Amino acid sequence: MTDAVAPKRAAGPWAAVWAQFRRHRGAMAALILLGLLAAFVFIGPLLWRIDPNFIEKNTAKMFKMRNLAPSLAHPLGTDQLGRDMLARMMFGGRISLAVGTVAMLVAIFIGTTVGVLAGYFRRLDNWLMRLTDLFLALPLLPLLLVMMFLFRDAIAGVLGPRLGTFLLIVLAIGVTSWMQAARVVRGEVLALKEREFVLAARSIGTPDRRIILRHILPNVLSPVLVAATLGIAAAIITESVLSFLGLGFPPDFPTWGRLLYDGIGDIRTSPERVVWPGLAISLTVLSVNYIGDGLRDALDPRIRGR
Amino acid sequence: MKLKTALLGAVAAFTLASAAHAERGSDGEVKIFYYQAVSTLNAYLSSGTKDVEAGSLVLEPLAGFDQDGNLFPRLAAEIPTAENGGISADQTQITWKLKDGLLWSDGTPVTSADVKFTWEYCTAPDGGCAQGAKYEGIKTIDTPDAQTVVITFEAPKPYPYQPFTGGTAPILQKAQFEACLGAAAASCTEQNSKPIGTGPFMVTDFKVNDVVTLEANPNYRDAAKPAFAKVTLKGGGDALAAASAVMETGEFDYAWNTQINPDQQAQMEAGGKGKFVNAFGTLVERIEINMTDPSADLPEGERSTVKHPHPILSDAKVRQAMSMAIDRQTLVDVGYGGAGRPTCNLVPAPAAYASDNTGCLTQDMEGAKKLLEEAGWVDTDGDGIREKDGKKLSILYQTTVNPVRQDFQALVKGWWNEAGIEVELKSIDPGVFFGGDAGSPDTFQKFYADVEMYANNFDGTDPEPYMAQYLCDKIPGPDNQWQGENINRFCDPAYDAMLKELSTTGDLTKRGDLVKKMNDMLTKDSNVIIPLVDRGRFSAQSNSLGGFVMNSWDTELWNAQDWTRVK
Repeated sequence: MTDAVAPKRAAGPWAAVWAQFRRHRGAMAALILLGLLAAFVFIGPLLWRIDPNFIEKNTAKMFKMRNLAPSLAHPLGTDQLGRDMLARMMFGGRISLAVGTVAMLVAIFIGTTVGVLAGYFRRLDNWLMRLTDLFLALPLLPLLLVMMFLFRDAIAGVLGPRLGTFLLIVLAIGVTSWMQAARVVRGEVLALKEREFVLAARSIGTPDRRIILRHILPNVLSPVLVAATLGIAAAIITESVLSFLGLGFPPDFPTWGRLLYDGIGDIRTSPERVVWPGLAISLTVLSVNYIGDGLRDALDPRIRGR
Repeated sequence: MKLKTALLGAVAAFTLASAAHAERGSDGEVKIFYYQAVSTLNAYLSSGTKDVEAGSLVLEPLAGFDQDGNLFPRLAAEIPTAENGGISADQTQITWKLKDGLLWSDGTPVTSADVKFTWEYCTAPDGGCAQGAKYEGIKTIDTPDAQTVVITFEAPKPYPYQPFTGGTAPILQKAQFEACLGAAAASCTEQNSKPIGTGPFMVTDFKVNDVVTLEANPNYRDAAKPAFAKVTLKGGGDALAAASAVMETGEFDYAWNTQINPDQQAQMEAGGKGKFVNAFGTLVERIEINMTDPSADLPEGERSTVKHPHPILSDAKVRQAMSMAIDRQTLVDVGYGGAGRPTCNLVPAPAAYASDNTGCLTQDMEGAKKLLEEAGWVDTDGDGIREKDGKKLSILYQTTVNPVRQDFQALVKGWWNEAGIEVELKSIDPGVFFGGDAGSPDTFQKFYADVEMYANNFDGTDPEPYMAQYLCDKIPGPDNQWQGENINRFCDPAYDAMLKELSTTGDLTKRGDLVKKMNDMLTKDSNVIIPLVDRGRFSAQSNSLGGFVMNSWDTELWNAQDWTRVK
């Protein structure tokens, strides 16, 4: 009996998670898809070396290059100024994916911290949860707009317009989307801290910090990861909204959201210009959601192994 | 047979329409779309065309301009001329007579005191009146009786029709605005959003930057007008949505300023629910150069003020190079098609005032590069951007969120990059950009950028007030709540002197020559303003809206009282 268990333990808990994850077909397909998307935006520009903002200098040529349908020279066609859509999609995807990932990390960090503190320390619970309610009650879009409005110039002055806008957008989205994660984590922690292993740890005098890091955090990992994947999707969409309103990145800085916005004008004549970024956003969001789904199943020991 | 039926149908429709014509409020509701939402109905507190035009449904001047640019009486009984004795022989006095029996929408009579008060309102110190140029040079206004207004000018006024004409100079009710003089003007929210007027409609509800609801004015002077009982004036969205709402979905009857690209124009017209209407006037899309330093390093209240001249753009050669690098015909072809034409002038019309300045129409990239070299801007480190004394030739170029303007930004940026100028782009929500809110850093008056692009025009046919915007004392700044009209912070005593001369010159040819010279001073001589495209007014009108006449010399809603529903 012990012999049978030993090799399994040696492989570690992550191997079991992975084994379970692999059984989730949707999640595996999504993981491959996301990998392809990431390769498209991060490795793609190394192979497809057209400048996304290149406009033909010769006017007569430029007019011939406008609104082209997909062809070998321009696999996704060109836009209303003759810029290559494939290059713009790759460049835009870098920004969108980076914003999504970093904003999610910010949101998860704040959410988990607040959730764990609220759940573990009774004294803080009321205060922190009222703070969470407060943030939940705030209308997010106006809040984001005000934040962009107040801090954009200041931050852009210090870090330059692009990095400054990136940081601000990421922080703004992060700061306004941590609440769900905090609530879920708090609920989990409330249940966990009454469990026997936590009581046992406490009875031998383990300090709170150690209990949280050693016993609580690993056990709330599963809801956190699920919240994280959902957060990426929300962040990509929020960035699109901000770009759409003219408060995101500068207008010559393509992101998937902005490409979508720019394409709307020509949706009747060149529908593909809306379809490409729309498809990319949808696929990213969908695959991230599926991965989250798969992770949740894989991380839950009660489902695992069944 | 078919033709006959169609003709009969047309006759029947006409009879119905004219029958409906005879009664006020019989045609139901008319829906108007101003995608730049309206923020005030008081034309004196906003330099945005959208506010002036929306206000013109309610407030009226003494006289307006028709589609050909001719004056016609609104509140006045007739247009004063030297022949009918309305203008004194020495050209210092003009006497307006009000129509008999005029009533405000609240039922009280309109008197000459209201007219006089309007002048006092706009010229009150600290009021930040946006239309101050209309009231330049008035010495006194006398009201010998309740119907008569005598305007005396400080000097002979060859063109005495500036005050109280056109949509930008409407008459306010004294009783309502008495408490709003001077610094109190902006805080009179109730008055500014629900002014009592004489126009065909009166405000029932006003949601700032959203919707204005109006209904027929029961005291309008023509008992049979307006045909519409209700007006909904909706804001928000963009030009494309506005055009689509009229041309394709038919939700709205009229959409203002539907600037969309030529391909889309054809597409929309295929929708069959409406048509585009245009008229060439004086609207010029231009790049305005900031003559003062907008740097964020300066303390608030000193950015973009005359205290700090612009470190790069104060040099005329740089400005000229920027103008030469632009290919205006390409801009027209990409952005406007038939609704625009390239121009080098700030005043492209009327013909008597338009300079023959065409030097900028051909792009000269090599010339632009040469000029920059001459000015000392050389690319020393090979990164494609010129430097001088360790400072990079880098500028911030802002405009509103608008598909055509974003295309212009991308194209102009491309040309400037080629000339060795680094360009950073910024686009701002049009409601904010033109909103005139002194608290916002993103208004066009504050101009916290190096160059900005928008369009402006003058109403009426006389460019004098328009030229007066570029006087030294019209520079916006914190001391006048950023309400001045001299957006560029241009200041030249020679220019001020010429304007003074213009205001005393009666001879029309001489006036024309002066305006042309001043136009050239601002454009080809100094390149403080880089005109790009002469734009026709371009709006969308539903096929079911009758009586609409496009006007490029006054507000587009100038004849809303004559609108009907085509049945």
